[in-house]
Amino acid sequence: MNATPSEVEPVIILLVEDEPAHAEIVRRNFAGFQMANRPVQLMHVVDGQQALDYLFRQGKFQDPDRSPRPHLVLLDLRLPKVDGLEVLKTVKADAGLANIPVIVLTTSAAGVDIVKAYGCHANSYLVKPVDLPQFRKLMDAIGFYWLVWNQHPDRCGQAGAFLKKQA
Amino acid sequence: MKTTGMKGEPAVILLVEDDPAHAEIVRRNFVNFRMANKLMHVSDGQQALDYLFRRGEFQDPDKSPQPNLVLLDLRLPKVDGMEVLTTIKADASLAHIPVVVLTTSAAEVDMAKAYGNHANSYLVKPVDFPQFLKLMDALGYYWLVWNQFPY
Repeated sequence: MNATPSEVEPVIILLVEDEPAHAEIVRRNFAGFQMANRPVQLMHVVDGQQALDYLFRQGKFQDPDRSPRPHLVLLDLRLPKVDGLEVLKTVKADAGLANIPVIVLTTSAAGVDIVKAYGCHANSYLVKPVDLPQFRKLMDAIGFYWLVWNQHPDRCGQAGAFLKKQA
Repeated sequence: MKTTGMKGEPAVILLVEDDPAHAEIVRRNFVNFRMANKLMHVSDGQQALDYLFRRGEFQDPDKSPQPNLVLLDLRLPKVDGMEVLTTIKADASLAHIPVVVLTTSAAEVDMAKAYGNHANSYLVKPVDFPQFLKLMDALGYYWLVWNQFPY
């Protein structure tokens, strides 16, 4: 696999979260995270419309250098302007974006939300723990599973390099 | 509605794997995992579909409970793994079950196809045995401890 653009190119996570406190926990957690020597860059938008604008490079997100395509989307469900499920549906219905893993990260543990999210092809559904140390643990679990182990056509070169180094 | 997760409800995992050595690694790992999970193992794509649609020897829901998670190899006898994935994700009663592809293929074309067919995650089996065990740990920890299932 030779899809290695540059060692220093960051891994991009798009966080769609309107709650500043939750966004701050996620931001702090990924600030020090490295994947195969690549820093993680967290892009944060605060509502569903911004999320779609970012992903479709509309409005202020037109510059691909400043709004790079994410490797992973962390998506809250209850969002202003455009609902999280609507964002999910739109992303998964778009041939160019459907490949990006979308992890629902929400306070809702309601069965109906979980079923709907999987029905709209969420890759995974996570409930935010109320407890801060647990929240941090979950962030680590997300980083470890989705950035280290999960393979993706956009970045399998990097993961391959990581696995080789570990072996 | 019940969910698995932090509270540790036992989960049913359907492993679709024709390589006995790989199946054994997965089995041992899930048996050792802290929760009383049930690992159901079928060895080809036809059996996987029969299990999921409760046909033939898999008709009894007590003996063949609907899985919370499917671990799916791609290169399978009888019915190909990609075909199994497509069938699961096209069926309204099964589409919500997370399917994790677990394969030796690191080909980008397979990854793109799998995600295109709504695989929830794609994992490449490491050739190295200790790495394979590490992957199993990561898989169990993420999907059985943190991920929320619909039922």
